Amino acid sequence: MSRRPYVREISGTSWWLRHPRYVRYMAREISALFIGIYVLILMAGLFRLSQGEAAYEEFLAKAEGPVGMIFAIIAMVFAVYHSYTWFQVTPKAMPLMIGSKRIPGSFIVAAHWIGFAIASVALWMLAGDRI
Amino acid sequence: MSERMIELEVLRYDPEQDEAPRFQTYTVPYREDWVVLDAINYVKDELDRTLSYRWSCHMAVCGSCGMLIDGEPALSCHTFLRDCPDKIRIEPLQNFPVERDLVVVMDDFMDKLESVKPYVVPKEEKNIDDGEYLQTPAELARYKQYTACINCLLCYSACPQYALNDSFVGPAALAIAHRYNLDSRDVGRSARDDVVASNPGIWECSFVGACSEVCPKSVDPAAAIQQTKIASTADYFMKFLMPWKRK
Amino acid sequence: MDAGRGPDMNQSNKPVIWGLFAAGGTVSAFLVPVLILITCFAVPLGLLPTDTLSYEHLHELLQNLLIKLITFAVLFLIIWHAAHRMRITAHDLGIRADTVVMLICYGIAAGGSLLMFLALLKI
Repeated sequence: MSRRPYVREISGTSWWLRHPRYVRYMAREISALFIGIYVLILMAGLFRLSQGEAAYEEFLAKAEGPVGMIFAIIAMVFAVYHSYTWFQVTPKAMPLMIGSKRIPGSFIVAAHWIGFAIASVALWMLAGDRI
Repeated sequence: MSERMIELEVLRYDPEQDEAPRFQTYTVPYREDWVVLDAINYVKDELDRTLSYRWSCHMAVCGSCGMLIDGEPALSCHTFLRDCPDKIRIEPLQNFPVERDLVVVMDDFMDKLESVKPYVVPKEEKNIDDGEYLQTPAELARYKQYTACINCLLCYSACPQYALNDSFVGPAALAIAHRYNLDSRDVGRSARDDVVASNPGIWECSFVGACSEVCPKSVDPAAAIQQTKIASTADYFMKFLMPWKRK
Repeated sequence: MDAGRGPDMNQSNKPVIWGLFAAGGTVSAFLVPVLILITCFAVPLGLLPTDTLSYEHLHELLQNLLIKLITFAVLFLIIWHAAHRMRITAHDLGIRADTVVMLICYGIAAGGSLLMFLALLKI
């Protein structure tokens, strides 16, 4: 009897469309693209800031224009999705135990959201000169 | 009232006759308490003796009956007909070569399992007369969930990184390595690093998490791999900062 | 599927890359939403004073060395995280030329970081 194993290949580009869990994974990964572009814009802004008032005002006008605002909305959605998925997996990467009992993942996730709130408020106050 | 019937669309492959796999449909009676495995056994007993597939315990502890049920990696003994539609597509596990019908070639996994040294590597050889190893409940709790793996390969089927690159050591093998690394009786972590902390080891994983979602024993291999990444990263930096320290 | 070939036995430098990725991901998760809120929405919506993003205010804020260091560290980690994830995504979408992808992704991150470094030096 001869053996002739058959290899079933999958598409390297569209495999993730075959199930919602892979689509969610791709959405999570793509969030980094928008976060990355946003940070590049911030870096460009810093560079323009260093070039003087006129250069910075020009940058600000473009960034606050309609294209900039649409991008900001999309970036915000993906940024929050990134936070959500990142906090969700943290308990898996760092399981905390007290004796033989494991601290429930939901505790760790909740603690992260509280930290998120604190960091957000702190940065907000720094920006508004209230610190 | 006529009996309710279920249609099984099964992927067949005869290496001696077929160029490529093809679907064949069987009609089986619906039974409230049947699992997909029961339906497949009915096919083999009553309809088509040539159908080949693996199974054994029929209670989700042996890991033999893994297959794709409507595209999802599942144990056929663990999937009830009552939870499935009237037409069920049954295929061999994805990401493994098909030997015949629903039987896949598992050799790649077996090699990888062996390569992670899936046994306790003790600090020193102990005589039986010296007595047993002592372990507290807390020490056991650290690794217990990772002992539950039944090597069913559903995780490898679900893992897109394994699909895209079959040199990836894979979820189950890495979870087993983690089980031993966490065991207080074991000192083999650095010995396992050659395989575990290599590029096709933990670093090929991008934390899709599909493996943990399909695992029938809640082993959570994704968590095992992420914890190993952290441990490995910490090791790496410790080596630079404190090279005199033994692991 | 080659069953006979054993896994790559080389020691990996991935810990450095992954360590930065994990740090950047954590920083992003905590800070990017509020950063977007402050820089893109708060001023137009009147939630923060209009001069928050003005040249004078930012220029003054960034005079502080500690603020400069923190700004650099935070944005550096975030761009590194994004670059690495994009590299992985390219692989996930079937692009196999990993060296080219690596150069593009990390190159953009390095370029942005350099730009930022020069800017902060000058401000």
